[in-house]
Amino acid sequence: MVLSYEFPDSKGKYGGFGGRYVPETLIGALNELEAEYNKALQDEGFLQELDEYLTEFVGRETPLYHAKNLSDHIGGAKIYLKREDLNHTGAHKINNTVGQGLLAKRMGKKKIIAETGAGQHGVATATICANLGLECIIFMGKEDVRRQELNVFRMELLGAEVVSVDAGRGTLKDAVNATLRHWVANVDDTHYILGSVLGPHPFPQIVRDFQSVIGSETREQVMEKEGRLPDSVVACIGGGSNAMGMFYPFIEDEGVDLIGVESAGKGLDTDEYAASISKGRVGVLHGAKMHLLQDDAGQIQEAYSVSAGLDYPGIGPEHSHLHTTGRVNYVSRNDMEALAAFELLSRKEGIIPALESAHAVAEAIEAAKGRRSDEVVVICLSGRGDKDVSEVKRLLRGGENE
Amino acid sequence: MSKAQIDQVFEKLKESGDKAFISYIMAGDGGLDGLKHQIKTLEAAGVDIIELGIPFSDPVADGPVIQQAGIRALDAGVSLRKILDELKKIKDDINVPIVLMTYINPVLNIGYQAFAEDARNSGVSGVILPDVPFEEEDEISTHLGDNDIALVRLVTLTSDEGRIRELCEGAEGFLYAVTVKGTTGGRTSFGEDTYELLRKIKGIADVPVCAGFGVSNREMAEALGDHCDGVIVGSKIVEMLHQGEAEGIKNLIPEKSSAVK
Repeated sequence: MVLSYEFPDSKGKYGGFGGRYVPETLIGALNELEAEYNKALQDEGFLQELDEYLTEFVGRETPLYHAKNLSDHIGGAKIYLKREDLNHTGAHKINNTVGQGLLAKRMGKKKIIAETGAGQHGVATATICANLGLECIIFMGKEDVRRQELNVFRMELLGAEVVSVDAGRGTLKDAVNATLRHWVANVDDTHYILGSVLGPHPFPQIVRDFQSVIGSETREQVMEKEGRLPDSVVACIGGGSNAMGMFYPFIEDEGVDLIGVESAGKGLDTDEYAASISKGRVGVLHGAKMHLLQDDAGQIQEAYSVSAGLDYPGIGPEHSHLHTTGRVNYVSRNDMEALAAFELLSRKEGIIPALESAHAVAEAIEAAKGRRSDEVVVICLSGRGDKDVSEVKRLLRGGENE
Repeated sequence: MSKAQIDQVFEKLKESGDKAFISYIMAGDGGLDGLKHQIKTLEAAGVDIIELGIPFSDPVADGPVIQQAGIRALDAGVSLRKILDELKKIKDDINVPIVLMTYINPVLNIGYQAFAEDARNSGVSGVILPDVPFEEEDEISTHLGDNDIALVRLVTLTSDEGRIRELCEGAEGFLYAVTVKGTTGGRTSFGEDTYELLRKIKGIADVPVCAGFGVSNREMAEALGDHCDGVIVGSKIVEMLHQGEAEGIKNLIPEKSSAVK
């Protein structure tokens, strides 16, 4: 049976999720963005320029690497790594910022704003803005500015202005609020490069589409290497952009198990996690209806994860939809499991994964166990772990294991 | 109370040739115990309608003053449920229409139907949902309508004429014209584009048009009032209440031709 998947619908909905829950001031800009984006997709010149950037600037295509040592160590299925860690700036984030940067240029918007948590999306945005000569302001929670000093300097080096957000608790969701507020006030000449499959329509679609180069390449590469589609594809999820980009080209392939891995933080039985599907309820934040961590009164809660890139209290609306339909299986892995996977992959393959990606590795290890050696499991290795090394040192050597 | 109460306020004002003065306050800023006193103070100052803000963790349409007020209310343990319960207790003592201004998530959390029924039982006349544009209002509008509560729409400087027509069609209570591109909070003056917007909406709308965002003194209120049916003042009043300067609020309100209070 061929399952035909056509989301979002004309209203930007993924089943009951998504939509446009934003102040009226932004509706015109979202309509313009949607129209321009649809035009760009029909424009050979735009697609060619995007392709050139992905090849020459980002360094695509990225390898689909057979992790033989890891596979042998586990003694189960054959494990492949989609090496998004080898992209320019060290993660999948740049796939989206390059696409949206070119889109902004095409729309004649000379100013770019973006939110960032740990700084990965901020750096990827500042990078393309430097290259395209676009003015760039990055909003970052006060706490994150303190914790990610080096990434702040990196963005400034690339010519971006980094605005420290004091409002709320000074974390990622507050940075998104500040970016939305700035956009409301400067919507005429400014484009907002949202960093994940979140926010009002058409952002979840645009980010998914620009990230789906991950899954499209993987599909071709695995066909070439194995002559068939993989049995399982595993990706980590904060907002969910690397996962959505990886899953989307496989969605109609019913034989492929798609597994999304949220962060269970210190454990789902504690109050500190980032697992919106497991522990959240449907709500509305930052322009979209989705699963959200919230208290009894509908106030949004802070998410926690050892990896800063996963600690967002929601999950992209398309993931909420795919969870509801059962097409994707959403699970969670905790801090300790991610750290163990971080170490194991480093030792066995000489590849230090981002702590975010280590959650996917942890799940894939379990998924591969007890499987036949001709079964194939693909992990989306969304980023490299250089940024996490000092934190991991503190956690492993500092004797702190919380 | 019901949405008819809002209509009655505007009818009366129209007869006397006056403009509505709408005051926003953050419910529970200073504790819910003080809500009744705050409302009575505003009534005595000459406020015609009260827009009661519901605190939310992520208020994207609000500037610093209202954000801070919301944090104070949340820290005091205030929730939409508790606010509705308090309103139910004090509704018989309130003479002006109450319009709730709330982000959608706390409402979704209670459930649209349950919220609409509770709001009605608490004497609420209208609801403003800053993060629910026209495109998304269907999911809640019937519940509100069934309970005789007006869904007040916002019109902004970025709404083009076609959009304004769309928003005016079937509008209830009044139209909330947002006078600035940006969030709530004091400005010192408005540009010509603001007056142009008000004239445009007035030319199309068959419900009253009230202007808000950034109004911080009587002169600005008067200037805006010349182009529409009323003004909404928020951050300035929130700040005055917080600073214990409630007696100064009456000085913000343009004088009415009828019995000056």
